[in-house]
Amino acid sequence: MAAFETPPLGEYPVIPPLRQGAMAHSKPFVAKADHQKPLGFPGELVPEWEKVAVTRLGELVSQSRGLQVFLDSCVKCGACTDKCHYYLGTGDPKNMPVARQDLLRSVYRRYYTFAGKHFPKLVGARDMTKDVLDDWYAYFHQCSQCRRCSVFCPYGIDTAEISMAARDIMDSVGLGQKYSNEIIGKVHKIGNNLGLPGPALRDTLDGLEEDVKEATGVEVRFPLDEKGAEVLLITPSADFFAEPHIDGLIGYAKVFHAAGISWTLSTHASEAANFSLFIGNHDNLQKVAGRIREAALELGVKRIVVGECGHAWRVAYSFWNTLIGPFDFLDPRYPAPQHICEVTYDLIRRGALTLDKSANADKVVTFHDSCNVSRGSRMGDVPGGQFLIPREIIRACVERFVDMAPETIGEATFCCGGGGGLLTDDLVELRVKGALPRMQALQQVVEEHGVNYLAAICAICKSQFTKVLPYYKHPMDMIGSVHGLVSNAIVLGSSK
Amino acid sequence: MSALTVAYALLFYAATAILVLGVLARCWRYARTPQPLKIPIPPAPTTRGGVALRMLLEVTLFRQLFRSSKWTWLFGWMFHVALLLVLLRHLRYFTEPVWFWVDLVQPFGLYAAFAMLAGLAGLWARRLLVDRVRYISSPSDHLMLALLVAIAASGLAMKYLVHTDVVALKAFFLGLMVFDWRPLPADPALLVHLALVATLMIVFPVSKLLHAPGVFFSPSLNQVDDARERRHAAGWSAKIVHVNRARGG
Ligand code: SF4
Ligand code: SF4
Repeated sequence: MAAFETPPLGEYPVIPPLRQGAMAHSKPFVAKADHQKPLGFPGELVPEWEKVAVTRLGELVSQSRGLQVFLDSCVKCGACTDKCHYYLGTGDPKNMPVARQDLLRSVYRRYYTFAGKHFPKLVGARDMTKDVLDDWYAYFHQCSQCRRCSVFCPYGIDTAEISMAARDIMDSVGLGQKYSNEIIGKVHKIGNNLGLPGPALRDTLDGLEEDVKEATGVEVRFPLDEKGAEVLLITPSADFFAEPHIDGLIGYAKVFHAAGISWTLSTHASEAANFSLFIGNHDNLQKVAGRIREAALELGVKRIVVGECGHAWRVAYSFWNTLIGPFDFLDPRYPAPQHICEVTYDLIRRGALTLDKSANADKVVTFHDSCNVSRGSRMGDVPGGQFLIPREIIRACVERFVDMAPETIGEATFCCGGGGGLLTDDLVELRVKGALPRMQALQQVVEEHGVNYLAAICAICKSQFTKVLPYYKHPMDMIGSVHGLVSNAIVLGSSK
Repeated sequence: MSALTVAYALLFYAATAILVLGVLARCWRYARTPQPLKIPIPPAPTTRGGVALRMLLEVTLFRQLFRSSKWTWLFGWMFHVALLLVLLRHLRYFTEPVWFWVDLVQPFGLYAAFAMLAGLAGLWARRLLVDRVRYISSPSDHLMLALLVAIAASGLAMKYLVHTDVVALKAFFLGLMVFDWRPLPADPALLVHLALVATLMIVFPVSKLLHAPGVFFSPSLNQVDDARERRHAAGWSAKIVHVNRARGG
């Protein structure tokens, strides 16, 4: 790993000057044949890959109106150029959203548009060459598919859709990313990203039951594969073992316990994450999601609730109904699927939970809006519920809450820097630099309000911050789960 | 009938056909291509009416652009509104009698030409001076600006420097519309102006000017945020079928 410098946190955010090629060296490990094959991709670069890539591009464009409109409509106005955290953190011009799109658009133009076929130089059209492919591999793995740029584009051009398409094309010619593809393979085979088999999962859950009993004296259950439970909880597997994720899982269990809702996890679908989204491949997307429908039917549950995970909630909220719906076998009185925050918030509003804020008296909390929750989904029944509900939960659990600067939260939130399949050690430089805008906003509330707890509802955000906070001189345990706060505050055994 | 008149008459028939058919073909392709998944971008309305309002604000006020870049918004909005006024003003050359509201627009239309030039100048300055925007510009982006500036400038030249015979010009266009060709005045400024406009019409369907129809088809803007309430399916996602049965059951 090349050494690199953590970017300095200035007094106020600045738009960096262009530093051409500053991140050209940043490339994730390439997937080996073993990682590619189970996903249905060739194990190595196929012969005549240029042709295969161009053909695949044509297929994708003909299958997606979005992709077609996005590739045709950009006017190069430049409004998005300073909106990407990776550009702000690195200054590499190819990390400007429009420039990233152009890596693919130039090839689309060359082969699929009149102007690009006949006047390539004039419109910046390029042949599909090894250089182009190398650029794609580097820079489409410097996009966390956070969709921040899209919010600021006058036509809603979604760079995430373009980078997903590019990754799908690369997979189809045999150039995959090891991190994502290895993980997707594990879900296909075992049911979760970690490759944690059923018995190990049961062990972990037993351990949690003991821990909670010890800490609270209450027997809170962590059921697995229990037929007839009301709720099937689908949560990211990081919740089973990683800190601070696990406190979140304990929080969900306590909420269900306090509300008297019977629930269960499933071995078959022990993963909310669906990394197929990141590689833009809909066969895998559907296959991974399919396990959840199977589990829900097998266990005969009435509701499906999703734990704290950003992209998983996007897939669940926006795509599940399409991919694995209709959910006519679930209780129609509840949204399907439902976010754990929606469950908790409803219970709080109905007065069904007793929360003691003093349990979190040592904390001054701020909330990091995760991109996929903010810009790929919703919660509750009004627009913007995804911003309101987690904050209301936090406010009910802590004495002091402050928001970061308005242009860095809500719809305009900055990515943690590790989303979209980039949460891997081979990309640590990118992750640290991409976290700069968020760290800048955090620094401000730390200095002005003494914030000492950064709450999030995304497994990737939590892991990413654990890694990068120390680079910016903050303790790594500053990051925590929203339901970790609930877990601290909830008073068990005394609910009305 | 002079060769010039014939050439321009044919040019305008061709340009109109290319513009109309080209844009229709593109819209037809957009409309036919499925959007398999729900990808609205916030603030996404939860109703059709909400989406209509969002679209209206977007295409009239450039709301997202306003949020992201005030200068680009200022110049861009100024240019587009001015262009609209100028186009409306030009309706007087194609209607007899002239519609009353076109007369109302007339005085604004004149100033609008200057506003249009100012807007274009601002956009071009950004393209040249801001390093990020310069980096993403292709030759075609500069040429497009040059074309628009030249159209506006040649139009203004006719108004203020070398007057053209507007009555004969109007007769030419009214005639064109009913396939009854009348002579076109052979003023250089007019000929340049018309040739440039025809060029713009011809490149429209193969250039970034497609953003005009494109914006209405953009799923991130035009989709309703109701994924949980309504099952969305199109293209490959419409082929998904499930049986309500447990595995192996
Ligand atoms: S904001 Fe949209 S139209 Fe403007 S340069 Fe970026 S992607 Fe293109
Ligand atoms: S989606 Fe996010 S990471 Fe990708 S280009 Fe846009 S702002 Fe950058």
